[in-house]
Amino acid sequence: MEQLIQQIASGLANGAIYACLALALVMIFVSTDHINFAQGEMAMFSAYLVWQLLEWGMSFWLALPIVALVSFLIGVSVERVILRPLHDAPILSVVVVFIGLLAIFHSLAGAIWGHTIKAIASPFPNVAFAGSGYIGPHQIGMIAVTILLLAALFAFFRFTPLGLAMRAAAQSPVSARLAGIRVDWMLALGWGLAAAIGAVAGALVAPAVYLEPNMMASILLYGFAGALVGGISSPGGAVAGGFIVGVLENLIAYFGNLLEKTTGVYIVGNGEKLTVALVIVITVLTLKPSGLFGHVTVKRV
Amino acid sequence: MATTTTATTEAGAADSKRVQFGRARWIWPVIIFLALLPVIGGKTGLISNYGFLQLSLMIVYAIAVLGLILLTGFNGQISLGHGAFFAVGAYVAAVLIDQASWPYWATLPVAAIVCFSVGYVFGLPALRLEGHYLALATFALAVAVPQFLKYRHFEWFTNGVQGINIFKPDPPFGLPLSADQWMYLIVLAVAVLMFWVARNLLDSRSGRALTAIRDHTMAASTMGINVAHYKTVIFGISALYTGVAGALHAIIFEFVSPDSFRFELSIAILVGAVVGGIASLPGAVIGGVFVQVIEKYADALTKKITAAVHLPIDLEPWTIYGIALIVLMYTMPMGIAGGLTLLWRRIKGS
Amino acid sequence: MGVLLEAQGLEAYYGQTQALHGVSFSLEQGGITTLLGANGAGKTTTLRAICNMVRTQGTIKLDGEPITGLATEEVVRRGVGHVPEGRGTFVNLSVDENLRAAAYTRSDKAAIQRDREMVYEYFPILKQRLTQQAGTLSGGEQQMLAISRALMLAPRLMLFDEPSFGLAPLIVQEIFRIMRRINAEAKVSMLLVEQNAALALELADHAYVLETGRVVMSGKASEVKSDESIRKSYLGY
Repeated sequence: MEQLIQQIASGLANGAIYACLALALVMIFVSTDHINFAQGEMAMFSAYLVWQLLEWGMSFWLALPIVALVSFLIGVSVERVILRPLHDAPILSVVVVFIGLLAIFHSLAGAIWGHTIKAIASPFPNVAFAGSGYIGPHQIGMIAVTILLLAALFAFFRFTPLGLAMRAAAQSPVSARLAGIRVDWMLALGWGLAAAIGAVAGALVAPAVYLEPNMMASILLYGFAGALVGGISSPGGAVAGGFIVGVLENLIAYFGNLLEKTTGVYIVGNGEKLTVALVIVITVLTLKPSGLFGHVTVKRV
Repeated sequence: MATTTTATTEAGAADSKRVQFGRARWIWPVIIFLALLPVIGGKTGLISNYGFLQLSLMIVYAIAVLGLILLTGFNGQISLGHGAFFAVGAYVAAVLIDQASWPYWATLPVAAIVCFSVGYVFGLPALRLEGHYLALATFALAVAVPQFLKYRHFEWFTNGVQGINIFKPDPPFGLPLSADQWMYLIVLAVAVLMFWVARNLLDSRSGRALTAIRDHTMAASTMGINVAHYKTVIFGISALYTGVAGALHAIIFEFVSPDSFRFELSIAILVGAVVGGIASLPGAVIGGVFVQVIEKYADALTKKITAAVHLPIDLEPWTIYGIALIVLMYTMPMGIAGGLTLLWRRIKGS
Repeated sequence: MGVLLEAQGLEAYYGQTQALHGVSFSLEQGGITTLLGANGAGKTTTLRAICNMVRTQGTIKLDGEPITGLATEEVVRRGVGHVPEGRGTFVNLSVDENLRAAAYTRSDKAAIQRDREMVYEYFPILKQRLTQQAGTLSGGEQQMLAISRALMLAPRLMLFDEPSFGLAPLIVQEIFRIMRRINAEAKVSMLLVEQNAALALELADHAYVLETGRVVMSGKASEVKSDESIRKSYLGY
């Protein structure tokens, strides 16, 4: 029982990261109809930036907002410079460009900082508290920061004029233009925000999994799964989906291990988590592409 | 918010360009020349065994890229996961040779059938996916492949993480060729056959149905084309092609392991297709050459560039790769084959 | 009073197809001009050309300043409120959010609030439906919301694209009454595209008739209305 709670708690902590990535993916998808395959690598790059600032003596809580801002600017630049001109290009061209971005961010990180694993100390104090047996301080930290971030974003989009303009531009670019909203800049801002969110996710997860260029590849897959489960057109859904996938992957591994222990039969375990994510992705895409909370768009002939 | 724009609307225009290269009369002399290379090059010592190995790999990748362009370029279904089919073909060959002592040539048809089935089965759920969603599903497939291959219950034949070692065959009938030269001829023969079949498929009514589906699915179905049938079958055929390439690769390379088939492989095949020309058979050849050349020379090229630009960091090949991809999408979205065809037209026109 | 909007030799294209073949017209400050004609005559295209929503060639001047080639949102920011075909509502946002989004480009809070009050005065039903999702409003209410969104821009010029489309006659009359009030009270000039020629000619002071992308006749609304041959040839009644 205790182990089960641990697994759920750790699943929620992982889920927090997936939720952030899923949100970043959905933000870009809703406004541009594109899937940012480079999202994971951009987040990893940002995590390295945090590491670098820490190396130079900065504290984590100062480094994080700075890197988030830098990532924001990088995201805006990528959208304006590289993606905007491809606005009307065929999907394959755009997908290839995303792969190109993936390659660039991935290898630049390796080139600048090398491939040896680096450690980032957890910024959360290592103190014992009620429930320590079930969940560690860094994991609670991941969940807490994620929730704060999401709350801030929710408030931004709900209550500020700029947030409203961004929502309008994402929903209906033509109508937004007729309201005088500069839709192109809204898209760029969306990209910037997505990059910043990814940066936070990367920085939060790095202390838990150790920093190296391949860090985010599988995490991105879980992020995709989360976005799909929740609904790739629904930001709230994507967040929920991220948490669900986090808990689900742990539960499946847990019950798989349990099955093996009790009956000796091994079906799935910790080594199959990626495959499970793949199965989730395919299943959702096949059965209910709009996810739990998304809406279906009718194809126009 | 699904988009329904087809993957390669520009590829539609490329079909008319196909005519230029497709049935050129110089193809057969070139093939004969290539077939005679072991005699010409080998005997004179101009091409070493290692050279033949390189050539074989180029042809193998050309077949793999051909598989992808049949699906993506000619039928509009984007795949970021063709490395998976390459891996299946490779493992089928390796397991049959290693565990069941099959002769190498017999593994090819089996790899073909197995990969066709896998591709077809994957093509079924893919029917409901378009554009980004399909890219996403195949991306997931590519990322999961190594872990999938390490699955405990497969270990009794995959040998798990350690992989499988096999040996490439000696030439039969005591022919005066080295093993590398012999495999080169095998690979060449298989490639010629497969390209010939592809050419005929694309020129036939089925081929036109495929491109009709790519360009306007709705219209194609109202014209009586069984869209679902074509899409799943071409997925199978595409997987078959790339799978056979994988099998050949395993035989030549003499080793397979789960980590030989990481996500990067799928990307490499896609890049080869895009660079060569996404809807062009000659493009597949260019793409195959490109993949192999890049693999071999990327490091050296990158070091040269780093030195030339006086960068303080050690640039890695994938950075150049990525930049090249993006630049290519701006300047030559139809790949080198497309660019050459445009050039050819311009020359002919003047 | 001067000329607020002036178009010369407008050509517009949907892809390769040319929809307008040299349309010219002008609109006086404070006036209401209507564009009439059959389906496919190019009326909607003309409005879209003004806002650069389609590929356009020719000259368009707003209050003497050329606006051809400006991005749609820039034209809007110069005081052009376009009430498009299909209403253009943000269906997933609430009525309140729709109005707030429309006022995005303005910073004078007091003026925005005053315009809100004006909107509530013209369309009291909107005040009751503030938190309702715009997509769930009735057709007439959506049209009111669309007009209100344009009003929230504090425009000098409003472009109406088929405001009567799909609405019950009583609602249409109500809307046209309010359009007249807006013109008189808020001093907003209007360019009206309408299928329902009779209704349009009641409201407008000037009329242009389009046919297959060309202006075939123009004149005072009262004259067009009373000229039976024109009505029969071009307007079908």
